[in-house]
Amino acid sequence: MILNLSAADWFGFFTQFAMLSLLSVGGAITTAPDMHRYLVTEQHWLTESQFTSCISLAQAAPGPNVLFVALMGWNVGLNAGGGLHAGWTGLAMALFGVLVPMLGIMIPSTTLTFVAARWGHQNRELRIVRAFKQGMAPIVIALLIATGWLLISANNNATKDWPLWLLGLVCMLLVWKTKIHLLWLLGVGALLGALGLV
Amino acid sequence: MILDTDIATATRPRPNSLSDLFWSMTKLALQGFGGVLAVVQRVLVEEKRWLTNEEFVEDWAVAQILPGPNVVNLALMIGDRYFGVRGALAALAGMLVFPLLIVLAVAALFATVADLPVAKGALKGMGAVSAGLIAAVGLKLVGALKTNVMTVGVCVALAAMTFVAIAILRIPLAWVLLVLGSAAMAWAYRQLGVLADQADGGTQ
Repeated sequence: MILNLSAADWFGFFTQFAMLSLLSVGGAITTAPDMHRYLVTEQHWLTESQFTSCISLAQAAPGPNVLFVALMGWNVGLNAGGGLHAGWTGLAMALFGVLVPMLGIMIPSTTLTFVAARWGHQNRELRIVRAFKQGMAPIVIALLIATGWLLISANNNATKDWPLWLLGLVCMLLVWKTKIHLLWLLGVGALLGALGLV
Repeated sequence: MILDTDIATATRPRPNSLSDLFWSMTKLALQGFGGVLAVVQRVLVEEKRWLTNEEFVEDWAVAQILPGPNVVNLALMIGDRYFGVRGALAALAGMLVFPLLIVLAVAALFATVADLPVAKGALKGMGAVSAGLIAAVGLKLVGALKTNVMTVGVCVALAAMTFVAIAILRIPLAWVLLVLGSAAMAWAYRQLGVLADQADGGTQ
């Protein structure tokens, strides 16, 4: 796929992601459906398979999941610059492509967090701030447990997926009750998965 | 005025420089296969001891309710607390720079690796482990509710309703935070007032 993107296109890419940044309560991944609509359906800057592989590659690699946005920009840049076999210009275009949506998705939310969290910390003795933290505590704890549940229940074929549920359950109990190093568990999970045992 | 919390933080483990903060966050981020959330409590509370479980829950509530990647928000908040704007930027950079380089290298060298059956299987296995790790973080933090002003019974009821709304009924997060979050905050606000009145009554 070869794209011809103008400066206005890149600016639109930036502003679209900057807007999504402010809507991304619960993480950037919650705005993925809208990114799909923009990049694949409307602008045709990414193919369907490029889009989904951005998300799965970012999950496979270490680091925050928000890096799937960097991969989307990387692929748009490759599509616009002729790809890596186009040489330095292709690479430069891909790296430029990384910067545009990453700055868009990061700047608004981090600025807001910085200002709001600083205000909250400076006023941590205020009754309203204490009420926020005390009130939200049980809710965010439940959200963590629910996130674990949602991640695993994407595998909902009981007869085929029970080993995955068992693996998740065993890991949960081990981490809850022991100090086992988490990378061992992830390694075992990767191995069992690669061998097709879960 | 010197607050108790200032004394507590003065004698506690803390990042001793910007580069300590940067490399600690880098190390944390690079352990996060399938998301950093699963390892963030282990590293910051149990290994580094920069935060207690109670403080982690409070900071996590702020990081969670504001837009943006939660772990990135948390890193930024912690960095700011120790070293101001420079700390926030160092923590942010630690969280993003090396993971970004790695993910781009993987994408450039093995663009199709994520489509191989072996890689898909490994990803599925790590996904199940990650799910267990994240749920375990939630279970560990339940102990932090013992000191909550809303009392344990109310906390458990709120947690149960949140879990059902998100995991079973699949109601969007924003609605859950708006409805259950406001109710919880209003109740906590009232309870804090009752406690303050009692404290006043006791001193008279």
